[in-house]
Amino acid sequence: MVALSPAVTGAPAPRRRRVRVWRGFVLGVAGAYFLIPLYAGLRFSFQDDAGHWSFYAVAAIPSQVGFSGAFFLSIKLALTTLALTLVLMVPTTIYIHLHLPRLRRMLEFVTVLPIVIPPIVLILGVLRAAPLWLKASPYLLSLMYVILSMPFVYRSLDAGISAIDLRTLVEASRSLGASGPQTLWRVILPNLRAGILSASVLTLALVLGEFTMASLDLWTTLPVWIYQFQQTDGHIATAVSMLSLIGTWLLITVMVSLDRSESRRSRRKAEVA
Amino acid sequence: MSQQNGSRSTEGARVELQELVRVFGRTRALDGFSLDVEPGELVALLGPSGCGKTTALRALAGFEPVDSGRVLVDGTDVVRVSPQDRDMGMVFQSYSLFPNMSAVTNVAFGLRMRGVRAGARRAKAHEILELVGLEEHGEKYPHQLSGGQQQRVALARAIAIEPRVLLLDEPLSALDAKVRTGLRDQIRQLQQRLAITTVFVTHDQEEALSMADRVCVMRDGRGQQTATPAELYSRPTSAFVAHFVGVSSRVPATRDNGTVVLWGRGVPVRNPELTSREIDAVLRPEDVTISADGTGSGAVVHKSFLGATTRVTVLVEGVEVRVDVRSDQASDLSHGDRVAISVVARDVLISPRGEEDVLEDV
Amino acid sequence: MAIPGAARRTLRWRGLRRVTAVAPFIVYAFLGLGIPILAVVDYAFRNPQGHLTLANVSTVTHGTYLLGFENSILLAAITSVVPGLLGLSLAYAIATSRSPFLRRLIATASGVLANFGGINLTFMFIATLGSTGILTSWLSVVHLNPWNLGFNLYSFYGVAFVYLYFQVPLMVLVITPALGALRPSWREAAANLGATSWRYWRYVGLPVLFPSVLGGMLLLFGSAFAAYATAQTLTAGTVTLAPIQIGNLLTGNAISGQENIGYAIGFGMFVVLAVTMILYGLIQRRASKWLR
Repeated sequence: MVALSPAVTGAPAPRRRRVRVWRGFVLGVAGAYFLIPLYAGLRFSFQDDAGHWSFYAVAAIPSQVGFSGAFFLSIKLALTTLALTLVLMVPTTIYIHLHLPRLRRMLEFVTVLPIVIPPIVLILGVLRAAPLWLKASPYLLSLMYVILSMPFVYRSLDAGISAIDLRTLVEASRSLGASGPQTLWRVILPNLRAGILSASVLTLALVLGEFTMASLDLWTTLPVWIYQFQQTDGHIATAVSMLSLIGTWLLITVMVSLDRSESRRSRRKAEVA
Repeated sequence: MSQQNGSRSTEGARVELQELVRVFGRTRALDGFSLDVEPGELVALLGPSGCGKTTALRALAGFEPVDSGRVLVDGTDVVRVSPQDRDMGMVFQSYSLFPNMSAVTNVAFGLRMRGVRAGARRAKAHEILELVGLEEHGEKYPHQLSGGQQQRVALARAIAIEPRVLLLDEPLSALDAKVRTGLRDQIRQLQQRLAITTVFVTHDQEEALSMADRVCVMRDGRGQQTATPAELYSRPTSAFVAHFVGVSSRVPATRDNGTVVLWGRGVPVRNPELTSREIDAVLRPEDVTISADGTGSGAVVHKSFLGATTRVTVLVEGVEVRVDVRSDQASDLSHGDRVAISVVARDVLISPRGEEDVLEDV
Repeated sequence: MAIPGAARRTLRWRGLRRVTAVAPFIVYAFLGLGIPILAVVDYAFRNPQGHLTLANVSTVTHGTYLLGFENSILLAAITSVVPGLLGLSLAYAIATSRSPFLRRLIATASGVLANFGGINLTFMFIATLGSTGILTSWLSVVHLNPWNLGFNLYSFYGVAFVYLYFQVPLMVLVITPALGALRPSWREAAANLGATSWRYWRYVGLPVLFPSVLGGMLLLFGSAFAAYATAQTLTAGTVTLAPIQIGNLLTGNAISGQENIGYAIGFGMFVVLAVTMILYGLIQRRASKWLR
């Protein structure tokens, strides 16, 4: 019967038409609001003053003062943050789900705090409380980005774990003779792939776009550099900004398609079986 | 809301579905479906998934537009009338109680929509809740009620508006077996007491046979046979109905000068109008008898104990036939025993050979 | 029967293992969240010499700093209610559409856009609605140049308009699951009992959605109240908002020796957020009576 009962109720035709008109209006306005600025940003980056499409701004990026330093600083921060986040959050989340379910609420509460506490206030406290040697290092930012990414990372992992029956998987693996580490490596992690992947992408996107903490900690990461550079050349600054956006989106698209092809493959396997 | 005021009879309304057609893309969910329901009658629509029974019910309620055909209630075509003006009470498969309202507010909702004053509608709602045995639970919210209780509230909500027709869409399928039988009797009693014309959709033959005045077996968007439960069981008009309602075996038969021959003996036929050359006989377990006989043509392959009778599966000429035997006699038979088999039915239903009637969910 | 001593030892061993397994996370969260929060609260009540004082708190509840709080609260209120309603409509338009492609597209796009903000967003909007932006020039053609009509992208309302860009997708993300929980059969049951579409929403749809909508708007409020990067890059720190004032005090755009004022503003932001949460809790209790 499922196929025969569509979600939209079979009300008389006028109401349906009204709904369709209303939906078209909402989607149209939303589309314009979200797409026009994108188009404007791209045009501003990739057109010269005469209005011709050109990549002069893009070609000029690498030679700009300070660009490569900012770029590599951002990359370094992104990778260290990612490594730290995964090492900290993945085992903790799995362990709490498996052995300490009562602590789940605590975990949920702690990981939602970074959403509630404004980053600007958090960095204020950090700058006062952190020891001098740490304040002198850009990696203080990585340490804080781990905190900022917690809400997304925890949610992705939690969703991944809830989607599989973790406990049964572990019990099955142990009863077949696998040790704890073997179970983690060969059973749990492969099944959490999608969750870990989405957590990673969200973390990378967050670090590459973060401005508040970096600017107040006085480190010239990529977004801070772009902000400072706009006084020198607005076109080039915008071009860098748009490219970093496109890069982030590509990253997300790759993740989504990887995930989808994975699930398609397993579905095919299931069909064969 | 109620252009039919005054015409409402205590007897319930007469419902006629005429040649309904509803097409979804390539599937014809309703393919010229017709059904008459007498005032106060309970008719069950029975059939496998995808046979169109739910579409038929939703078309009657007004949720599903029809591509052609007429829906008559007391002789008036209601196809153009929107659902909220049709005055039909519906009980849904998933308890569709409004989660933000207590049981009594849920029951009073339809009255509220009809402009009944607060005091009057509360009184009425309590009265109806009492009718379904839930007077104690009026102030509870849906999630505080069990599945069976929720479905009784849903029933109360549907009858509170004194509908011209009551529609039940698999109302019991989400409940566990024990609650289901109890609620089945309760619905039937209430329906008879209030004499509401009722259409009931189910895929459970036991439910249909035990509750309905008449059962309409559907397949591929059409009615196959509409009859009383007893007639449907004992005199199915097609192999599909025989197979879907109760248990039956298909056995190849041959024609010999106008008589149908089964296991070397001519048998009377219920539907002699069927002229196909290649035919099968469709046999109920009680249409056949067996006796232990070392030279018999059949061999016992399986026994399953049902209580007073035992269902014995016999392999005859490469075909499995199910036979009901009194359990004390069956105890003498064991796996591999040879038996003689013969037809004892008054007449036998025949069907074209190879007609597709095997269903996944039967 | 296990030997009691051994059993106790196993238990103690297991307890120890549990503590060590979650200890890194707890220590990290304490160092990265707990200590900074305590530091903010502590310094809010000290003068530059380190003595306890109420002067900072008194300063930030008057004059320009009070205005900063007022503007921030107003901005957060506007950019939680308006995008909340817009996001709800958009999510509903998607939820009722039959195109799975559209749904997937919007789900992915919302995930990306909700985490959008800062410099990229600023550039896009300058290119769109700046004094020489493309939308500005399109509208000028029909004599509707927004700048001539009193619009200023680098003002309070300009910031609010730009915030829609991440607030609406955030609401879509939060509210879509709640819309999915609205069962089609409720709508049918309501129609069946004689309710028009409007009455279905009035009595069933909106009351059922209300707790989720409220929760979503709370999230939007927090997100807008905390936002710094977008407002800072768009207005170069000229709009009077609490986070911007913190930034100015910290980066030395203000008289030195006033750093502790920044901490007092931070503390004030905690208070505003706490009050909002309490209000939310009270409304939620009433609105979701039927959930308990």
